[in-house]
This record gives sequence, C-alpha cells and structure tokens, in this order.
Amino acid sequence: MTILSDALAVAGKDLRIEARSRVTLGQILPFGVLVLLLFAFALDPQSRLLPNVAPGLFWIAVLLAAVLAVSRSFAVESEHGARDALRLSGIDGASVFLGKAGAIVLELLALEVVLLIGTFGLYNVNVRGLEVLIPTAVAATCGIAATGTVYGILAAGLRVRETLVPLLVLPVTAPVLLGATRAFDDALTGSTGDAWPWVQLLVVFAAVYVTAGIVAFESLLEEA
Amino acid sequence: MSAQSRSVWQTALGAVAALAVGATVVMALFVVPADGGRDAFVRGTGQGDAYRLLFLHVPSAWLAYLAFGVTALASLLWLFPRTRALHWDLLAGASAELGVIFTGLTLALGSLWGKPIWGQWWAWDARLTTTAVLFFLYLGYLALRRVGGSPEQRAMRSSIAALIAFADVPIVHFSVSWWTTLHQDGSVFNAKMQIHIQDTSMQATLLLGVAAFTVLYAYLVLRRVQLLAVEEGLAERELEAAIAQRVAAAGARPREAVSI
Repeated sequence: MTILSDALAVAGKDLRIEARSRVTLGQILPFGVLVLLLFAFALDPQSRLLPNVAPGLFWIAVLLAAVLAVSRSFAVESEHGARDALRLSGIDGASVFLGKAGAIVLELLALEVVLLIGTFGLYNVNVRGLEVLIPTAVAATCGIAATGTVYGILAAGLRVRETLVPLLVLPVTAPVLLGATRAFDDALTGSTGDAWPWVQLLVVFAAVYVTAGIVAFESLLEEA
Repeated sequence: MSAQSRSVWQTALGAVAALAVGATVVMALFVVPADGGRDAFVRGTGQGDAYRLLFLHVPSAWLAYLAFGVTALASLLWLFPRTRALHWDLLAGASAELGVIFTGLTLALGSLWGKPIWGQWWAWDARLTTTAVLFFLYLGYLALRRVGGSPEQRAMRSSIAALIAFADVPIVHFSVSWWTTLHQDGSVFNAKMQIHIQDTSMQATLLLGVAAFTVLYAYLVLRRVQLLAVEEGLAERELEAAIAQRVAAAGARPREAVSI
C-alpha cells in the first residue's frame, strides 16, 4: 500500500522534526500542564469541585494544546518552501493528510498521558476504567487531529493563521469535547456502561473527518 | 433579461418582502390572541403576550438553517467540476453572511423570550446550544473568506470549509441533545413552556412569518451577491490600474536617468 507507506514517511518526517526541534516537548506539553494548573487556580483548590469537573478541564487543555500542535505542524511546512517540496514529491494528498494527522495523533496521545497523570496528581482524581479511557482518548484524538489537519492546510500560509485556526477548529470539535468529557466522567465514576454511546459518537466524528480529509486534501494542497 | 427589467423585478421583490414582514408584525402584535388569555402569564395557564416572539423567532431560525443549507449547496455546486462557476462561491458567501445575522437574531430573540418564560436568559437547551455552536462555526467560515488570495483560491478553501461545517451540524445537534437529556432537570421545561397553537390565526401568522422571511432572504441574498460581484470587479480594476501605473513608472525611469 503506497498510500500507507507514504503516510508513514510523512508522519516520520514530522515526528523527526519534533524530536529534533523539541517544540512539542518543550513548549506545547508544558503549556497543557500549565492550563491544568491555571484551572485549579481559577476554581479554588480548597473546594471539592475539581475532581468532579476534571474530565472537562482535561479535554479543554487537550483542545487548546491541539490548536497549538496543528499550528506548529503547518508552521514547519511554511518555511523554506517545504510545502512546495511536499507538493512536488509526488505523494498523494491523502497520504500527506494521513501522515500529518497521524503525527499529531501521536503527539496528542503522549500529551494526554502526561495530562492524565497531571489530573491524577493535581485534581485528586482516582484514575480508573482504563478500558473506556483508552478507546475514548484514541477516538477523540483522531477526530481532533483530522479536523485540525484539514483546517490547518486551509489556513496554512495565511498571515492570520494563528488567530484563524482556533476560531475554525474549536466550534467544529465541540461534539468531541462533549462526548469525550461525558465518556471520561462515566469511566472515572465507575459507570462504564454509559460511556459506550459517547465512544461511538466519537468514532463517527473521527470517521467523518478522516474521510473528509482524505477526499479534500489533494485539492487543498494544490489550490489553497 | 435587460438590466432595467431586472431592477424592476428586484424592487418588486423587495416591496413584497417589506409588505409581508409588515403584515406579519401587524398580525403578530394586534390580530392573534394572547396564549391562554390576557392574564394567562400571571395565572400560570399560558404565556400570555410573551409568546408573540414566536412569530419572529421561528421564522428567523428557519431562515438561518435555510441560509446555511444554501451555502452548503452552492459550495457543492462550485466543487462539482461541471457546474463550477464563481457566482456559486459568491452565493455561498452571501448566504452565510445572512445565516450568521439571522442565527444571531434567533439567539437574541430566544434569550429575550427565555427570560420571562424560563426565568433565565440562557437555558442549556439542546436547540439553543446547537444554534450557538452554529453561530461560531459560520463566523469562522466568514473569517476564512476574508483572508485574501485569488477568487479561485478563496472559493476552493471556503467551499470545503462550508461542507466541513455543514457536516458538523447534525453531529453537534445529536451530541448536544444527548448531553442535555442527561443533565437537564425538568424544572426549566414546565407547563408554561407549552404553547397551544390551535387557533387558525396563530397558524396563519406563523406561516406568513416564515413566508415573509423567506422572501426577505431571497431579496437580501440577491442584492448581496450583486454587491459582492461589483466589489470583485472593482478589486480587479484597481489591480489592473496599479499594474499599468507600475509599468508606466518603470518605462519612465530610464529616460529620466538619461536626462540627468
């Protein structure tokens, strides 16, 4: 399958850039943890509120970090004519999409592990129901990364990229925030059975936007 | 159709829209009876006069959804190679602008209505929340349209963005209604919220309102598309003038150099 091997090549390129430049590790990851810390300041750590609202705060932190990760992913393409090189490489748009979205998925999943440890430590949350947490996180992250990548290429190369990407990505991913928060809440409170419909919703969301990205990316890469 | 007869038709359409909206206002304020009687709101048997907002609220919500539907359809027509023409892109943009305006109006009217009936400006009702997300979805779309580039680039970018946003609408609605059924306590939706639209004058007024707003939409979207086309022509002419000026300036410079 050339589509998949090309996608792996693109993802490998993005992850190698991150491994060398350390922007994700050194800036986006601390930003996510910082958001968790700021929520605790805002909601007063004395109260019993934090464990109850932890799932929502966790996913808001992930979404904010995802916006940065998407911007970063397309910032590396805008320098030194990298995007033209990508276009001329003969790699299909679908592969570029899958590769870039895949790299973002891996970055975000790593971030989520750290943030989950953070909520465990900072918000006094008892982490349990991993059999729900993991599928939820994977499905939600695929959806976020797919929408982010499509909007990232839409806004790539624009002067207003940094301000436009959040306005585009955050409303579209509102169902992900809802679904993932509810599923996490159900898992953490022990009612895992209630979580599965939400996981299904997240899977549908991810499927819709991964398909949209595969179909639309070639034209966006060419024209936009 | 000549330009003159077209403008006559347009003026007529505008006049019909104005008349229909005016008739809706008269019907809604003076003709239809209050819900459950004049003092129904005090007695708790109905909404009284408050429900009259329905005749603006429902048509503007309908218009918002119609406008976003037209945006999606026009974007699809632009993406489809055999029907690709820039006027579809202008239609998509004009329709989305109207959609955002009427979504905003729907939210504002809904809040005004919610205060007396629900006792709060904003209830986390499924439809309300979906409409709010919709507002921001298309605000982003409009922002994307304004970022510059050639008309073809803009059309490609925005048509795909419009379809992405449109695909999100059912998912948002589904997730939000699911979310609210889990969380909503029934107190907000008490008996006062029910309106009894059995009166024929109420039904007729609601239909009239929907028809009036639809004609208004047709008129506004037509004028907006024309304005966008004129703006596009102006930008093109300015660009040509600027190029001509540069060429003239470049041609003039060597001669000046010789003269010195």
